[in-house]
Amino acid sequence: MTLTANSHLAELYRTMRRIRTFEERVGELFVRGQSAGSMLHLSIGEESSAAGVCAEMKPQDSFTTHHRGHGIFLARGADPKRMMAEIGGKESGYCHGKGGSMHIADMALGHLGANAIVGGGIPAVVGAGLSSKYLKQDSVSVAFFGDGAMQQGILYESMNMAALWGLPVLFVCINNQYGMGTRIDQATRNTAFDQRARAFGLNGVVVNGLDVEEVRDAARWLIDEARAGKPGFLSVEVYRFFGHARMDKSPYRAEAEETEGRKKDPVLFARAKLIESGLESEAALDALDREIAAEMDATIDFTVESQAPALSSMFRDVYAVGEPEPESVRARIDRVLAREIV
Amino acid sequence: MPAMTYRDALRQALDDAMTEDKTIVVIGEEVGRYGGAYGVTKDLIKVHGPERLIDTPISEPAIIGTAVGAAMTGLRPVAELMYIDFLGMTMDQLANQAAKIRYMFGGQIGVPMVLRTQGGTGRSAGAQHSQSLEAWIMHTPGLRLAMPATVADAYHLLRQSLTKPDPVVFIEHKALYTRKEEVDLSDDPLPWGKAAVRRQGDDLVIVTYSRQVIYALEAAEALAKKGIEATVIDLRTLNPLDFETIRTHVERVGKAMVVSEGVMTSGVAAELCARISEECFDFLEQPVIRVAGEDIPISVSQELEAGSVPSARIIAEVAERLMA
Repeated sequence: MTLTANSHLAELYRTMRRIRTFEERVGELFVRGQSAGSMLHLSIGEESSAAGVCAEMKPQDSFTTHHRGHGIFLARGADPKRMMAEIGGKESGYCHGKGGSMHIADMALGHLGANAIVGGGIPAVVGAGLSSKYLKQDSVSVAFFGDGAMQQGILYESMNMAALWGLPVLFVCINNQYGMGTRIDQATRNTAFDQRARAFGLNGVVVNGLDVEEVRDAARWLIDEARAGKPGFLSVEVYRFFGHARMDKSPYRAEAEETEGRKKDPVLFARAKLIESGLESEAALDALDREIAAEMDATIDFTVESQAPALSSMFRDVYAVGEPEPESVRARIDRVLAREIV
Repeated sequence: MPAMTYRDALRQALDDAMTEDKTIVVIGEEVGRYGGAYGVTKDLIKVHGPERLIDTPISEPAIIGTAVGAAMTGLRPVAELMYIDFLGMTMDQLANQAAKIRYMFGGQIGVPMVLRTQGGTGRSAGAQHSQSLEAWIMHTPGLRLAMPATVADAYHLLRQSLTKPDPVVFIEHKALYTRKEEVDLSDDPLPWGKAAVRRQGDDLVIVTYSRQVIYALEAAEALAKKGIEATVIDLRTLNPLDFETIRTHVERVGKAMVVSEGVMTSGVAAELCARISEECFDFLEQPVIRVAGEDIPISVSQELEAGSVPSARIIAEVAERLMA
């Protein structure tokens, strides 16, 4: 369906609702025993960071994400079927089942990779920024990571080099208040993260993630600045609605805190704003939500029906095609034991 | 033929490769204005400019991480790690990122970078500046590993590394930089991944790489005076590993010794020894012997340092006993 108003907010709402619904389906896939493993980190409650920043990125821009990056990739334009299939470890997934939730990537959309090492994907954007500057690509590279990475040294090495060389780079911290089970004030004394960025000579902004339009506006300025050679940092303050991963019931958080935290809902906030401002009717948004639900339901069917990768694909892609390949252990054993005794 | 040092051959390789391929940039500590801690990149900044000889802060994880990102987006970076001992600082970016990106992402993209570094003993540089950590690299699928012993290989293996689609760790030996040989760089190089038989003899096979090739050849000369003729195999690259050349000569000769400067336990020599024992079992007349670094840190004392790693004298002694 088409929304009646062609407002930016309506598009942002659509993106956020798609992320929310996709993540809910990821949870269902896990419950149905169809996901590959339990390493599923949902970004419910954080949708504004993905939608707001990606709305300001250009086609030539690139990015890296962290272990909670489904929403970012979706906001960038990923095919949710291929994403879900990858999460399910299927051949039809973006990485043919080898990457999964935490290592999904797509060069066509400039996705230089999700990462299962906290902070591990950050310096790659410095390299992408270097390429952009040297090859005159006019591209910005964006590193997305959580507040857990704010305590990793490599972030500061990367910020320092980006500022030193004037690279088109943006660092985006999605501050959902928790690094696994450790609340941010249990991890650091000073939580004013923008100060850290400014100390290195970057633009630094903190924004409330409740309102996706505020996130988008901050991202627009920071990305424009970055493209002109001044790297930036954005911290989006949100609340992680659920546990660290699917198995985590977050016993370390009080129920009252969770109830309060979940009131900070960027999807519902945008929805209310659209209706109150008269841009959209409730009925139109309901219809949109139903359409998205059907789209995301189909991702589960697609995944369940998709094939597992062939066992022989195991040895593929360790090295480039045509380069010497690893020999399988079994093949070697067979050769040794089948030798002719001399 | 003109004489050239190992260091000059490396510099020549970088210079020639950078002239031919404008996507090559060198990133690292002191690689530009200073010219490299061991002088390998000396004056290259005057030829290729500061935008291609990129001096960095002392941030090894971000140096390698930057190279990874640059390699994924159109450049062919040479990241210099001043000492291989700094691998611990940056192992995540090398082993978890560079090595696995092609695989994790289902073959969508590779990381065509070269990590240039140097290792080994010989300068009384102590426990944190003298190690031979090639086993860490060889133990990580996805990384190619080149370790030149000769001046010609310093040039050719580096040139070849700079054409590879996957990350190559290129380990120079700090004691070889000033070594001089007469070379003609216009000679056709051996193919990438092919071992060189530096000397051929019928009594035993010495399998080795990097500086120990020089020591093994010295030992072989001493052994020849006693009537023992050794074959010396220089592996040149440890990944890919040319096991067929090892097999051919071990099966022909029946006695083998593996020499490595790295510590013995779980080292490169252990892997080579295991493979030879498995695959050439029926041809072996003696156990395959490892001559490797002691399982201890390296000392600053010249006596302790030299005593903890193989030398020409030790290789010759062990060979004689193996023949007895």
